[in-house]
Amino acid sequence: MSTPAASTRWTRPPLIGNPWLRWGLYLGVALYLIAAVSTLDVNWLRVLDGLSNGWRVLEGFFAPDFTTRSRDIWQGMEESLTMTVTSTVVGCLISIPIGLGAARNVAPLPVYAVCRSIIAVSRAFQEIIIAILFVAMFGFGPFAGFLTLSFATIGFMAKLLAEDIEDIQEAQAEAIRATGASWWQVVNYGIQPQVMPRLIGLSLYRLDINFRESAVIGIVGAGGIGATLNTAMSRYDYDTAGAILIMIIAVVLVAEYASSHLRKWVQ
Amino acid sequence: MARSRLASPGQDMLRVSSLSKRYKGGEDALRGVTFDVPAGQVVALIGPSGSGKSTLIRCINRLVTPTKGRVELDDTDITRLGGRGLRRARRLMGMIFQEYALVERLTVMENVLSGRLGYVPFWRSFFRRFPQSDVDKAFALLERVGLSEHVGKRASDLSGGQRQRVGIARALEQDPALLLVDEPTASLDPKTARQIMRLVCEVCRERDLPAIISMHDVPLAKMFADRIIGLRAGEIVFDGPPAELDKAVLTEIYGEEDWTQIHPEHEVRPEESAEDRHAHEERMAGLR
Amino acid sequence: MPVTALDGRVVWRRRTPLAQWAIWCGWFALGVLFVLSWQVMNKNTIWLFVEDAPRQAADLLSRAWPPRWSYLDSLWVPLWDTLNIATLGTALGIVLATPIAFLAARNTTPSVAILRPVALLIIVATRSINSLIWALLLVAIIGPGLLAGIIAIALRSIGFIGKLLYEAIEEIDEAQVEAVRATGASRWQIMDYAVWPQIAPAFAGISVFRWDINIRESTILGLVGAGGIGLQLQSSLARLAWAEVTVIFIVILATVVISEWVSAKVRAAII
Repeated sequence: MSTPAASTRWTRPPLIGNPWLRWGLYLGVALYLIAAVSTLDVNWLRVLDGLSNGWRVLEGFFAPDFTTRSRDIWQGMEESLTMTVTSTVVGCLISIPIGLGAARNVAPLPVYAVCRSIIAVSRAFQEIIIAILFVAMFGFGPFAGFLTLSFATIGFMAKLLAEDIEDIQEAQAEAIRATGASWWQVVNYGIQPQVMPRLIGLSLYRLDINFRESAVIGIVGAGGIGATLNTAMSRYDYDTAGAILIMIIAVVLVAEYASSHLRKWVQ
Repeated sequence: MARSRLASPGQDMLRVSSLSKRYKGGEDALRGVTFDVPAGQVVALIGPSGSGKSTLIRCINRLVTPTKGRVELDDTDITRLGGRGLRRARRLMGMIFQEYALVERLTVMENVLSGRLGYVPFWRSFFRRFPQSDVDKAFALLERVGLSEHVGKRASDLSGGQRQRVGIARALEQDPALLLVDEPTASLDPKTARQIMRLVCEVCRERDLPAIISMHDVPLAKMFADRIIGLRAGEIVFDGPPAELDKAVLTEIYGEEDWTQIHPEHEVRPEESAEDRHAHEERMAGLR
Repeated sequence: MPVTALDGRVVWRRRTPLAQWAIWCGWFALGVLFVLSWQVMNKNTIWLFVEDAPRQAADLLSRAWPPRWSYLDSLWVPLWDTLNIATLGTALGIVLATPIAFLAARNTTPSVAILRPVALLIIVATRSINSLIWALLLVAIIGPGLLAGIIAIALRSIGFIGKLLYEAIEEIDEAQVEAVRATGASRWQIMDYAVWPQIAPAFAGISVFRWDINIRESTILGLVGAGGIGLQLQSSLARLAWAEVTVIFIVILATVVISEWVSAKVRAAII
């Protein structure tokens, strides 16, 4: 630009330089919104009707009933918590070898390919979908839930662990290798100290996630508090449902708080 | 650029009286600081780290609220203002920052125009529809600081010296009655630092604009300022022309042992020029 | 003090005996907890069924394969609905989460004592309840259908987007805010000129990321009646039509992979 004239207009430069692309994008978004909203097909009468229901759910939330179905609630909670612990422990233990195998800097190519595909399969499907399959195979109850959560934990932990191992300072492993150490010794001395704190942190984080998920997979029959909640909802027993929701939120809060403190303490 | 709002030459623009600031931690950052600045005077504020230079500058435009004392700009007491009144006072004081403090993700032009925020209503600033006179002024200022080619660039794409030029343009876009400058050269290399200081002083002379510049570099301060104020532990220990700033005064400001003990050889090297020595002392003082 | 003198020889251990004991006790406690949990969890488990599982799995596979591809034709409309649930739900979630994030961030909240805790509570409560549970509640309240799914996705997204966004707001460079404040800008002008430009990339990244997650979640909301392809899954499961279930799984998998690719591309373009 040369010397500006007495009056040079200035406008804010647009986010997308190409005007065709810009206006095309706006048009596309507008068309999509119109199409999406027009196919919504909402029964507004039913919605209006339901608002009184909503009031009852809210009432249940503020006046929760812990006592009437305390046995069901307690059993659901017990299943959820035990499921969380066992699946986290098993999932983390299995994810360590798989994570090692999925790290390109320690594993040979065939092992790497196998481990990466295990991770990909485990991550691709929702917990709920896996739970449906396991319930069909192993029957209803928390055992299917345990398998589901373990499987999901493997995908989550092994992927993050593998990324961590790939990010280590190669020099440290190199130095151990230079002393004539074996593969196991290299892993023990050169890699484990670098990834251990994060591995523990991730396990605690996953413990947290597993509890949340354990509250959901009961809906498809895999045990836990979700099954109790589903039953309460289908009985229109909103007071018990409110109590269960409050308990879920409370446990999640405690777990999150405790795990963040533990993680700080470990690192 | 004639400006009717400006007081006639010689009259005090800024009057700071017994200004004190105590932070929540309990330490006194400023203790009864009093001084006046007449129109057109460039004041350099020197002192060791933690002596209260930054706090003093921020108390003047109330980015920091002083505990006691008065700050008067054109006979308005800024310490008593709030809300709209405070924003009106702030727009009269252009500020230039140490780390440039440009909004990195906005363009150069938007950064300069943000100097008008105190003048325009929200909708204008939101839609970037500034009055054409503001835009003209921004173009002229960018031309003045030598950045007309970079109008549409993001601030984050500029070099340090260029960013500080944008910072100067933003401050001047405010049509300020006073410039507050907080260590403008601390993040710059020596050559760029001089260029930036020269630019700041030139624009002050052009507009008969008073400025308060806090700095670490004593030789640079002596070269460019009309007057030097030395702060130590929140108190003014020197206030006078650059010529009076001798070794005794510097010792008073920066403390005794910094050079006499660490550098006893100092006295036996008369061939060293005064400027080098000051620079050296300054570096030593910075080590504390 | 891992180095000790023993019989005149210096002995080195990695940890002091006490620390070593504490660590062993920690692991032991974890082991006990695991065994106890395992026993409590499995007190009602019928091991006969578990032993039978390989046969069940083989049976399942034989019914599920080959997939009934003709079923694909009746999946396009539910798939479109699923995309709409995810997209509109994310959009609604963003609209609701943005003001809450500004109220929750320490440096932008107008009231630290009242509004900030309220905003944080909303973020925590919406985040700890899974979207499927929200859908369960909403189907009971406003009846089955897409609207319940959209609101469920939006509610779950508030907590997620709100948390990440308020953390991004708290991390902004205060010097830029101070510089704009020094020009005499008002509160909203400071938001527009100093805060927003700094968080805009994070905002876009978080939104796209959440959209990607929401695509996954919206595929199963139909299980509780909240619309989308999950409705089809529910009816196929009820009829034990496993060949149809396979088709649905493949469609879900393809959708998830594509949305992940799109989201990765968009995020790379933003940053």
